[in-house]
Amino acid sequence: MALLEMSGIFKSFGPVEVLRGVDLALEAGEVLALVGDNGAGKSTAIKHVAGVYRADAGEIRLEGKKVEFDSPRHARTLGIETVYQDLALADALSVGANIFLGREPTRKFLGIPVVDNAKIRSETEALLKRLSSRIPPKAATVAGLSGGQRQAVAIARALYWKAKVVVLDEPTAALAVMEREHVIELSRRLAAEGVGVIYIGHNLIEILEVADRVAVMYRGQVVHVVKAEETNQQELIKYMTGFTEAEAKAA
Amino acid sequence: MASAPATTPSGPAVADEAQASSLRHRLPVEIYVLGFTVLVWVGLGVFSRYFLTAGNISNMMRQVSIDAIVAFGELFPIILAGIDLSVGSVAALTGILFAMMLAAHLPVLLALPLTVALGLLIGLINGLAIDRLGIPAFIVTLAGLQGFRGLTYLVSGGMTVAGMPSSLDLVARTSIAGIPTMFVLMAVIGLVSHFILRYTRLGRYCYAIGSNAESARRVGINVTQVTLVCYCIAALFAAFAGMLLVSRLTMGNPNAGVGAELQAIAAAVVGGASLFGGRGTILGCFIGSVLFTTIGNGANLLGVSSFWQMVIEGLLIALVVYVDNIQKKRQAGVR
Ligand SMILES: Nc1ncnc2c1ncn2[C@@H]1O[C@H](COP(=O)(O)OP(=O)(O)OP(=O)(O)O)[C@@H](O)[C@H]1O
Ligand SMILES: [Mg+2]
Repeated sequence: MALLEMSGIFKSFGPVEVLRGVDLALEAGEVLALVGDNGAGKSTAIKHVAGVYRADAGEIRLEGKKVEFDSPRHARTLGIETVYQDLALADALSVGANIFLGREPTRKFLGIPVVDNAKIRSETEALLKRLSSRIPPKAATVAGLSGGQRQAVAIARALYWKAKVVVLDEPTAALAVMEREHVIELSRRLAAEGVGVIYIGHNLIEILEVADRVAVMYRGQVVHVVKAEETNQQELIKYMTGFTEAEAKAA
Repeated sequence: MASAPATTPSGPAVADEAQASSLRHRLPVEIYVLGFTVLVWVGLGVFSRYFLTAGNISNMMRQVSIDAIVAFGELFPIILAGIDLSVGSVAALTGILFAMMLAAHLPVLLALPLTVALGLLIGLINGLAIDRLGIPAFIVTLAGLQGFRGLTYLVSGGMTVAGMPSSLDLVARTSIAGIPTMFVLMAVIGLVSHFILRYTRLGRYCYAIGSNAESARRVGINVTQVTLVCYCIAALFAAFAGMLLVSRLTMGNPNAGVGAELQAIAAAVVGGASLFGGRGTILGCFIGSVLFTTIGNGANLLGVSSFWQMVIEGLLIALVVYVDNIQKKRQAGVR
C-alpha cells in the first residue's frame, strides 16, 4: 500500500486544463522526484496534496484512506508538510519560533497561556544537533540566514512535527552548489527517517543524485515513472519533451 | 552586486557570523533614541531652569501618558504591516460622546463601558473592511480619519462639551505614590501590551503575519482573527486616550487628537518599528513618545515656534529611519 496516492486528478483554471489525470504513488521512506518542463503542472499537482487546491475530479489516498483536504492546515494536521521555495519562513522570528510557528507549546502564567520559549529553545537545539545542521540555533531572527539555511529550517520543521509526507518544491532553485548538497543531504535524511519525500526540481544531475524514483510530468500528466538507477538524463529529457510509451514500444 | 560572505557555508564560521549579527541586532535603534532623549533632557535642563522642576516633569508625564497609549495601540497594526490613520479621530469621537453622556448626567460607570464598546466596534469595522473586503489598511483608515472627525463635529455641533462631574478630573489630577495616576494607567496598559506581544501566541502571530502573511496563513494561523484583534486594540486604546483627554481638560473637545495618528506612527517608528511590518516593541513606542513629548515641551519652554518644532520632528524621523536602515543592511550581510 502506497503512503500517498493520487489517482486521476483533473484540474482546470477557467478554460485552461492544467492537470489531465495525474496518477502518482509515493512510498514511505523514499525520495520521489517530480520533473517536467516549465508549466507541466508539477506545482499545481503538489498543491492538491498540500491542501491548497481541490481537484475537479480524481482522488487522493493517504495510507490507503481517501482524504479531502479543506485547507493547508488540514493537510498539515494529517502529516503532509509542504516547503515552498519563496515563502517558507517568517523573517521577524527566530529559528525556533519558525519551527514551532502555529503550534507553539504553552505554559500557564497566572492562569494565562504563554508561549513556552524555554521549551522551544531546548527542543530546537536538540533538533538541529540531530540534523547536524549548520544553523545557529540562537540567531535572533532567520532574516540573516542564507537560502540553504532557511531551507534547512523548513525541513527541520517538517521533521520535528513527524510529517509523513514532505513536499519540496524546487528547494535548491536559488542556492549555491555547497548549499544544494546540504539540502540533498537533508532530503535523504528525511527519507531515512521513514518520511515520504516528493522533490520537485529541474537540475537532472541533482535529481538523479537525490531520488530513489523519478516521475516525469508532461502537459498535465505523469507520463513516466522509473527508478533513478535505471535511467539517465537523456531518457528523462525525452519523456519531458513529449516522447510516449507507445513510441518507445514502436522503436 | 555586493558580495555577502555570510551566505557561504563554511562550518563554524557561518555560525559565528550569524551569532555576531544577532549580537548587533541586540543593540536596537531604541537604545540610540533613548540616549538621544537623555541628551535632550540634559540640554534642556541647562538652558531652561523650569524644565527639570517637579511641576514640569509631572506635566510631561501626563502629556506623554496620552500620547503613549495611542502609540501602543498603533503599534499593533504596524507590526501586521498595516496602519491605522483613524486613531486621532477615534479619540475625538469617543471622547466627545463620553463627555456628552457625562453632561447628560449618565454615571461614569455606565458611560465608560459604552465608550469602550464604541471603540471596539470601530476597530471591528476597520478590521473587517481591511481583512474581509481586502481594502488596504491605509485607505480604510484614511476614510476613518475623515469620517470619524466629521461625526465628531456633527454630534457636537463643533462646540466643546462642558459640565463634567467634579469627580472626573480625579484621574487627571491625582497621583499614586507621587506618580500621576494617568502615568500609572499608561504603564499598566503598556505592560499588558508588552506581555501580549512578547509572551502570547497572539503576539507571536502578529510578527509572523507582519513578516509574511501568506506563510502565516499556510501554517494555519487565523490571519483574520489576529487582524481584527489588532485593529480593535488600536481603536480601543484611542478610546482610552479620548476619555483621558476629557478628564484632563474637564471637557469634550471636538478638535482633540488632531494629528495624533502621525505622532503615534512617528513614535513607533522612532522606537524601532518598521512600516513594512514584523518589527516594533512597546518599550520603543514609549521611548519614542517620550522623545516627542520632550521636544514639544522643550520647544515651548524655549519659545521655539511650533513650526520649527514640526521641522525638527520631521528631520528626526528621517534620521532614525536612515540609521535603522543602515543597521538592517549590515545585519543582512549587505555591505
Ligand atoms: N492559478 C492559476 N490560474 C491559471 N493558470 C494557472 C494557475 N496556476 C498554474 N496555472 C497554469 O498551469 C500550468 C502549470 O503550472 P505549474 O505551476 O503547475 O507548472 P510547473 O510544472 O510547476 O512549472 P515550473 O517548472 O515553471 O514551476 C501553467 O501553464 C500555468 O500558467
Ligand atoms: Mg512550479
